[in-house]
Amino acid sequence: MAIITEKDLQPTYDVIVVGSGAGGGQSAYTLTMNGVKVLMLEAGRNYDPVTETPMFQSKADAPLRAMSTREKPFGFHDATVDGGWEVPGEPYTQASEDPKQRFFWWRARMLGGRTNHWGRISLRNGPYDFKPYSRDGLGFDWPLSYEDVAPYYDKVEMLVGVYGSNEGLENTPDSPNGTLLPPPKARAGELFVKKHIAKYGMPVIPIHRAILSTRQDHVNFPARLHPNNPKAQKIIAKAMQERAACFWATDCGRGCSIKANYQSTTVHLPPALATGNLDILCNAHAREVTVGADGKANGVIYIDKVTGQERAVKGKAVILAASSGETARILLNSKSSRFPNGLANGSGLVGKYIMDTVGAGLGGSVPAFENMPVHNEEGAGAHVYIPWWLYKDASKLGFARGYHIEFGTGRGMPRLGVGAAGPGYGKSYKEEVRQKYGAGIGFSGRGEMIPNKDSFCELDPAVKDKWGIPVLKFHWKWSEHETKQAAHMHATFAMIIEAIGGKARKPEADGAKAIEPGGYIIHEVGGAIMGADAKKSVTNQWNQCWEVPNLLLNDGSAFCSNADKNPTLTIMALAWRATDHLIEEMRKGNL
Amino acid sequence: MENIPAENPGAMDRRQALKWIGAAAAAAAFLPHATAQDKLPRPAGGQRIGWDPVLNRTYAPGELWPLTLTPKQRKAAASLTDLILPPDNPGDKQPSQLGVQDFIDEWISSPYDETAKDRPVIAEGLDWLDAEAQRRFRKDFADLDEPQKCAIADDICGKTAVKKEFKSAQNFFGRFRYLAAGGYYTTPQGWKDIGYVGNVPMVDFPGPTPEALKHLGLA
Repeated sequence: MAIITEKDLQPTYDVIVVGSGAGGGQSAYTLTMNGVKVLMLEAGRNYDPVTETPMFQSKADAPLRAMSTREKPFGFHDATVDGGWEVPGEPYTQASEDPKQRFFWWRARMLGGRTNHWGRISLRNGPYDFKPYSRDGLGFDWPLSYEDVAPYYDKVEMLVGVYGSNEGLENTPDSPNGTLLPPPKARAGELFVKKHIAKYGMPVIPIHRAILSTRQDHVNFPARLHPNNPKAQKIIAKAMQERAACFWATDCGRGCSIKANYQSTTVHLPPALATGNLDILCNAHAREVTVGADGKANGVIYIDKVTGQERAVKGKAVILAASSGETARILLNSKSSRFPNGLANGSGLVGKYIMDTVGAGLGGSVPAFENMPVHNEEGAGAHVYIPWWLYKDASKLGFARGYHIEFGTGRGMPRLGVGAAGPGYGKSYKEEVRQKYGAGIGFSGRGEMIPNKDSFCELDPAVKDKWGIPVLKFHWKWSEHETKQAAHMHATFAMIIEAIGGKARKPEADGAKAIEPGGYIIHEVGGAIMGADAKKSVTNQWNQCWEVPNLLLNDGSAFCSNADKNPTLTIMALAWRATDHLIEEMRKGNL
Repeated sequence: MENIPAENPGAMDRRQALKWIGAAAAAAAFLPHATAQDKLPRPAGGQRIGWDPVLNRTYAPGELWPLTLTPKQRKAAASLTDLILPPDNPGDKQPSQLGVQDFIDEWISSPYDETAKDRPVIAEGLDWLDAEAQRRFRKDFADLDEPQKCAIADDICGKTAVKKEFKSAQNFFGRFRYLAAGGYYTTPQGWKDIGYVGNVPMVDFPGPTPEALKHLGLA
């Protein structure tokens, strides 16, 4: 079994997985390692980071010095192809013309999906994050606890490789000894910030990122990942040895040809394919999940994007991991006499409670960083961050929940704008450019959004994509919890920049102006929330649809809250946990 | 995407992208089926970057869309680039020998809205530069000697108060300098010149040098 074309499709599979990113990759990995026969459908083309990644290309190698363009919003060398906030021929619509009520939907139509370009920030949700309603009466509690998920966080961290440290901080979980890889040293500017903000009680600690700071422990990890499964141990041990450690150069957002960071295409899919249990069909855009006379899922109808023809495949169970928006869209488009409002939508909650992360950023310049002695500060992205530090002040803040802070300093690869010094020209101008290079700093807040009734998606009654499939229409609204939090971020960043003797750009006191638009942080989750009550949720704690137990939603769609911690690690942990449960249920004959 | 490398370019790209997506969304509002993305304006005789370009190869200016500066304008652009960014180190090339003016031409000739606003500023500014050189010295700008070039540049570079009649020339000069510097410092020679020593593999990340720590009072 392998990456196949349509003529090689088997008549039926144990499980069909729709999507090949964090959720789909993890699901296929867990299934195939346990001997389950899987077909993965990917809407985009096949993509191979080993041969396609622009590793050492300079910005001068790219058109327009790699400027952000409509087709390549994160710059030319970003790994995402055939995707972005727009996908040709595949529109989505907005319910409102008010710019503040728009949702920007990032899609990556390629094997591995968004895992090819993500920031690799891999923070565990803490115990509070699974029980937010119990703490402040807002949003929803998860029908599971941190303790339920912790063993899967352990496993995912070992499998994908995550650097970081254990700091013993509130709601910022430690990992078992020997699970995390050692974090890289902090940069000069990162240490400078740490020193000068200690007085505010703000910890600056190693961030957790899915990057191999050293090679993985291919001797001990396999048995911890797959006890009593020698075949799986052998396969993953080999796959781990095929990954190199990070060499601390090049931007992770470009992807990684040496497999030093996590992307589904280099970490999940190769061992899954090596089991012989996985077929991957690319350019196969899922349209709907089909249901048998017994009300159970029995296959998927997809569009073969090469021929434009509609096709059907059969499976004994289906896992949707198409991205939370696309998963909601597939469910809503899966209408039948038994499920007239869309599949698994008896609660009416499919598409409801979509969330992104609260984002706001502020930068400035720091005279202390000027004329820094020349040294290599590159090191493949952020090394430290500031976890939320005001749990004790929750009642005084005027908004619920909190945020963590990511920041960037240092002498990174020069880009357009590097010569924005001036006035003048010639030798004195060049001297000033050298002086100012590396003196910038940028802070980004990443905070928790409370799910609300005004933020949802539904099928647009009129608009269809180029395949004739109804598209999503988005409704979006930030509440004051989010906008006040964004204003708090700006004020905090200005305070930090002042504390390090820098000059900040003007902070925005109006949080509605400070906050980034919905969807902009690309942490889209929700739309098919899990819960303990079938009437008030779409899935149970095992990502299993209440009404269709052999249909799992293994991407972010089942999230019923969106902690400040970036969602990818939790998507993988929950996908692994749900898939283990699915395998068990299949073995017991319960499905 | 959460990567925030130095100077937070990720956030800048989000803002940049927001500008055009805002425009696209506004355009979509007037179309019945909200498919503005399928109606991208196509420039005559050239192609855009596209949704699935080959990423790991080098693109030469003019490869995707035709360059549009006239030979006379290109000559002035090369000369002004060298005046703004003269080599400091023995063996360094002039920026014009590195093709910085080709990048500026690629930029102003591109089919993208983000660069289109620079086109009249740069093209007309280069024409003005030659006209001003002719008016003052009876030669094109590129044929002037250095003190003559400086005489014009000093009037428009903004280092000292700029006379009213030179305001649009000052605007041109600022924009040209931004592009020339961006074009130059993104080349390997520019990296060395500015003190960027990354993009090389290392066994370990060494962290800051003792000198860097001392510079920040952290040693």
